[in-house]
Amino acid sequence: MYLSFSDRSGGNTDEAAPPGTPFKISSVIISLGIVSLFTDISSESVGAVLPVYITGVLGLSMVAYGFLDGINQGISAIVRIGAGWTADRSDRHKLVAVLGYGLSMVTRAWLLVVTGFGAITAVIAVDRIGKGIRTAPRDAMISQAAQPEHMARSFGVHRMLDTVGATVGPLLAFLVLLLIPTGFHVVFVVSLACGVIGFAVLGIMVPGRKRREALAAGPLSAGMEKAARAAGARMPFSWRALNTSSMRRLLLIAGLFGVMTIGDGFIYLVLQSRAEFATKWFPLLYVGTNMAYLALAIPLGRLADRWGRMRVFIAGHGALLAAYLCAALPATGAAATMVCLLLLGIFYAATDGVLAALAGQFSTRASRASGIAAAQTVVAVTRLAASVGFGSLWFLWGRETAILAAAGALAAAILGGIVVCRGIEPSAASA
Amino acid sequence: MSARVRWAWLSAITVVVLAGAIGYGVWSFVQYQQRQNSPVSVAVSSKNLNPSAPHIAFRNTAAGDGYGHVATVPLASPRGARTVTSTVCDRVYAAGGTLSCLSTNPGIVTTFEAEVYASDGKALRSWPLPGIPSRTRVSPDGTLVASTAFVTGHAYAPASFATVTVINKISGGGYGNLEDFTLIVGGRKIAPVDRNVWGVTFAPDDRTFYATAASGDRTWLVRGDLKKRTLTSIHETAECPSLSPDGTRIAYKKNITPGPVPHWNIAVLDLSTGKETVLAESRSVDDQVEWLDNDTLLYGLPRASAVGDDDVWSIKAAAGAAPQMFIEHAWSPSVVH
Repeated sequence: MYLSFSDRSGGNTDEAAPPGTPFKISSVIISLGIVSLFTDISSESVGAVLPVYITGVLGLSMVAYGFLDGINQGISAIVRIGAGWTADRSDRHKLVAVLGYGLSMVTRAWLLVVTGFGAITAVIAVDRIGKGIRTAPRDAMISQAAQPEHMARSFGVHRMLDTVGATVGPLLAFLVLLLIPTGFHVVFVVSLACGVIGFAVLGIMVPGRKRREALAAGPLSAGMEKAARAAGARMPFSWRALNTSSMRRLLLIAGLFGVMTIGDGFIYLVLQSRAEFATKWFPLLYVGTNMAYLALAIPLGRLADRWGRMRVFIAGHGALLAAYLCAALPATGAAATMVCLLLLGIFYAATDGVLAALAGQFSTRASRASGIAAAQTVVAVTRLAASVGFGSLWFLWGRETAILAAAGALAAAILGGIVVCRGIEPSAASA
Repeated sequence: MSARVRWAWLSAITVVVLAGAIGYGVWSFVQYQQRQNSPVSVAVSSKNLNPSAPHIAFRNTAAGDGYGHVATVPLASPRGARTVTSTVCDRVYAAGGTLSCLSTNPGIVTTFEAEVYASDGKALRSWPLPGIPSRTRVSPDGTLVASTAFVTGHAYAPASFATVTVINKISGGGYGNLEDFTLIVGGRKIAPVDRNVWGVTFAPDDRTFYATAASGDRTWLVRGDLKKRTLTSIHETAECPSLSPDGTRIAYKKNITPGPVPHWNIAVLDLSTGKETVLAESRSVDDQVEWLDNDTLLYGLPRASAVGDDDVWSIKAAAGAAPQMFIEHAWSPSVVH
């Protein structure tokens, strides 16, 4: 059994867009994309300079910082599912998102006054909690505002804007430090400003539940009207709505792939250990990945809508497999490094937004934030486990052998994923 | 709210916030320029120091022109006027006619580099660093150079790989990342996931060195062997070792407050007796200490009042000795005999 779109809103068959509906991006998605853009400038600009600030200015040691980072990622994953559930139960997605974005914004102001290592790590932890809270309700709002048959493409638009922010943030921070080498507080103030702007766009431009309902009465774009109408005739939240064959298979595949996803940081380290080019530009390798990601987020989302979201999701992990092999190859030139970064960008563009679209597709309207949160939590937790596990192999077997082993395991996971997804592919393909 | 009112609010907030941020940025820029153009607050000598005369090389942190440059003072008069060179380093060390300089090349693409110079200023070789410079040491005869950097980049990097330490020969080639050496703790080979190595100090034989190895919240003082490619623990809870000129003692920082906020005391280990002496410096010392002579240690401490400014202090390597100011506005000292 699989869920068609008409099932999702309790028999309201009108919700499914008729085949061939032209793509029209909702202003809500653009607004949420701009919120993410500014928030990512805010968080990534600080993230880029924080290590230098902690060691160079505050004169503190970096070592403990690394271990706390892993713990924070775990907290973020757990908070995420709770926030998704709260958003669904209360039907106040915007309110929960506002809380998450607001929490992160407040940490920017906090950074301006703290100096101790403990205080800084507390600031980072709270920022991560904010990120955990906001992600699932925001993605649920995106999936509600998107035309169902263009859902992956709509997520692509959001992820593109998001990644622009993640790329601009560090570059902006380094530009500030180039002009004012001691200007860490200027970076923090710029970060706070971007956080406030993102928060303002969310608070002012993104409709909450009340406005969504009010808008339903007036003339509106087709997608918005349907979304609003459906919100009025909303089914109560239940976990059972998520316990479907399709959803279980999606979570299984996401988890299977997650434990084989070792994190691009390791790939950068492999490249760095061999290629002088990659060492020199180590702090910037993520920019290459992000460039590929933001250029391909929309085209691959579009492809996912047409060809099948699950297919693209699996193919994206094929790109990750290619990136592992590329990193393990004995080539050391700049070109090999670039190809690896491009493959990583393809991986993100084909999987991140597409996963949210799939999870949205396989959950009911009333359980969507929980469904998306569940999928993202599975991915976050399994990737964390993968990083720890791969770290052991790294030292036991050495870099190249470890990454080749990871490639072999990922290849097996992809084959497994293809088998598991057979039961849900018709739904994904028909979307 | 109508659409127009919403746009008005959003525009107003954006304008106010951006104006505030830009205003603060411009003010900071002007402040920075004023500080840069202000005369140096310490006595500066225009004489070129004879590189073969005993001296102390360090990073000048006096505000104004020459901030961050390598400076030298004669060993006989450390408080006297300093000679400021044109070389800019975050971390510097000189020995055996070789100077190692770890530097940050700021820019839209901030990169990090280790550069090695001969005593006449000629560049010998350089290698890129994967992150923020941390420690550097040169072997007594000037043929080997060690560098430690924090691996940084972006928030997604696996953070358990915090440091990369390499040993290179000035003639070319090297021994690679010390993480790849075999780690032997308590007589057993171990290969923990999160191991890190940092803070090398060289013995005169160009084969033996000492360093810190770490896993989880444990650290070990290890003796390294460049031929066998091994690191063997000889003491626990010891970081950033420094071998005394006569080779009998090792000074290091000892973390006495485990947890996220470390507090490091300076301790000295007698290699023949294994006796550890913790010194009376009460402030936390996050530095690789340097031996002024066989009885006295030098180390840097940040100035509480000024961000980015430090002083070099000295302390006798004996229990109960009191620290003394050695060179003001200075960091990363190395004693060149």
